[in-house]
Amino acid sequence: MDWGALHTILGGVNKHSTSIGKIWLTVLFIFRIMILVVAAERVWGDEQDDFVCNTLQPGCKNVCYDHFFPISHIRLWALQLIFVSTPALLVAMHVAYRRHEKKRQFRKGDQKCEYKDIEEIKKQRFRIEGSLWWTYTSSIFFRLVFEAVFMYAFYFMYDGFRMPRLMKCNAWPCPNTVDCFVSRPTEKTVFTIFMIAVSSICILLNVAELCYLLTKFVLRRSKKAGNSKHQPNHENKEETKQNEMNELISDSCQNTVIGFSS
Amino acid sequence: MSWGFLRDLLSGVNKYSTRIGKIWVAVVFVFRLLVYIVAAENIWKYEHDEFECNSRQPGCENVCFDHFFPVSHIRLWALQLIMVSTPSLLVVFHVAYRENREKHHNQKLYKSPGKIDGGLLCTYLISLILKTGFEIVFLVLFYKLYNGFKVPRLVKCDMRPCPNTVDCYISKPTEKMIFLYFLAAVSCLCIVLNLSELSYLIFKHSIKCYLKRYIKKRQ
Repeated sequence: MDWGALHTILGGVNKHSTSIGKIWLTVLFIFRIMILVVAAERVWGDEQDDFVCNTLQPGCKNVCYDHFFPISHIRLWALQLIFVSTPALLVAMHVAYRRHEKKRQFRKGDQKCEYKDIEEIKKQRFRIEGSLWWTYTSSIFFRLVFEAVFMYAFYFMYDGFRMPRLMKCNAWPCPNTVDCFVSRPTEKTVFTIFMIAVSSICILLNVAELCYLLTKFVLRRSKKAGNSKHQPNHENKEETKQNEMNELISDSCQNTVIGFSS
Repeated sequence: MSWGFLRDLLSGVNKYSTRIGKIWVAVVFVFRLLVYIVAAENIWKYEHDEFECNSRQPGCENVCFDHFFPVSHIRLWALQLIMVSTPSLLVVFHVAYRENREKHHNQKLYKSPGKIDGGLLCTYLISLILKTGFEIVFLVLFYKLYNGFKVPRLVKCDMRPCPNTVDCYISKPTEKMIFLYFLAAVSCLCIVLNLSELSYLIFKHSIKCYLKRYIKKRQ
């Protein structure tokens, strides 16, 4: 159980995402999670062992390390990745719930259900419309919020994104002021800047996706309004009513059980 | 045999859970199991090596560490995860028993072996009560053993063979405290989810029973 399990869960969401969403998922897995696991964890692996203070006073190193690194970069990134991936689970649950509904309709032998077998339902790709649009848009919004919060937390806790070579510590029990040296500061700075840059790219991708979805929504609405204005005859009124009914049926959510997407 | 086993177990349980039960499984997966494996484990990895006492007396550090950490936070966390996930096995076993019975008698005995009604409802309710119980027990244990969820920077130790009272310093206390508060918060969330699921099932079942009785009376 590790990042691979998250990959399995989110992989299911990929099918129902927009193109920008797919790019975001790829960037997340390759440039953030993979880099974290294969590189960053090694760089920060010996952080406390090799944090050296210019004193023999027992306890001074521990206290100074705790003072300058209340929560390690690597743990903050892990939490950020978990929180940023979680909204996509909402979409996965919604899709699984819709699939479950369609399977139920199919098993009941509903004539409105146009699938030939259950396998087709499992492989079907849902369009981002109706309630799924709202779930998807909320998930992007929450992703943005979490990214921004963690970036700010980083900046606030570490006074910028640079890792200094030397820190002056005068926390008790250190005698007077003591010089403490961080291990691999340049490498850590490079990786911090890299992770921040990729976070920024992910933020931009999320903003672009949000704008795309909003634009699509507005265009669809204006098309519907345009259609109803230009052809106000009785037949089209019935057609639009039938379309609304169909949307209501496909979006109904009464007495159903949500599950993970496989 | 590792945490992957727990993951498979929880995936199996997910099939027979209610809506709230599925949210509980998701919370346990993502905010407890995943956080434990990718972040928390590494914080406590070298806790003994990095525990330092202001004394050169051999054995003093060992004795003090053992005195202040009878069971390490991270081990308690792992035990809590395992104990809290295990009651769900009762439900899985009961469903397997139902399916076995149907096979044995070669006829349909239940509307659906996985539907939560009759005996399976009792098993499900018992598993919810056990889950909640374990959560509360571990939270109380954490609180009692470590005097709350705070991790101090400095502890004063006067166990033999340490000479007089000696200052001992814990490594990464702030980081440990942050993760312990996170653990406590997610535990409380899981307790709330379990209690809501319990109330929902009891309420639903009572309404069903009441309606059945009402229809029978009218007939």
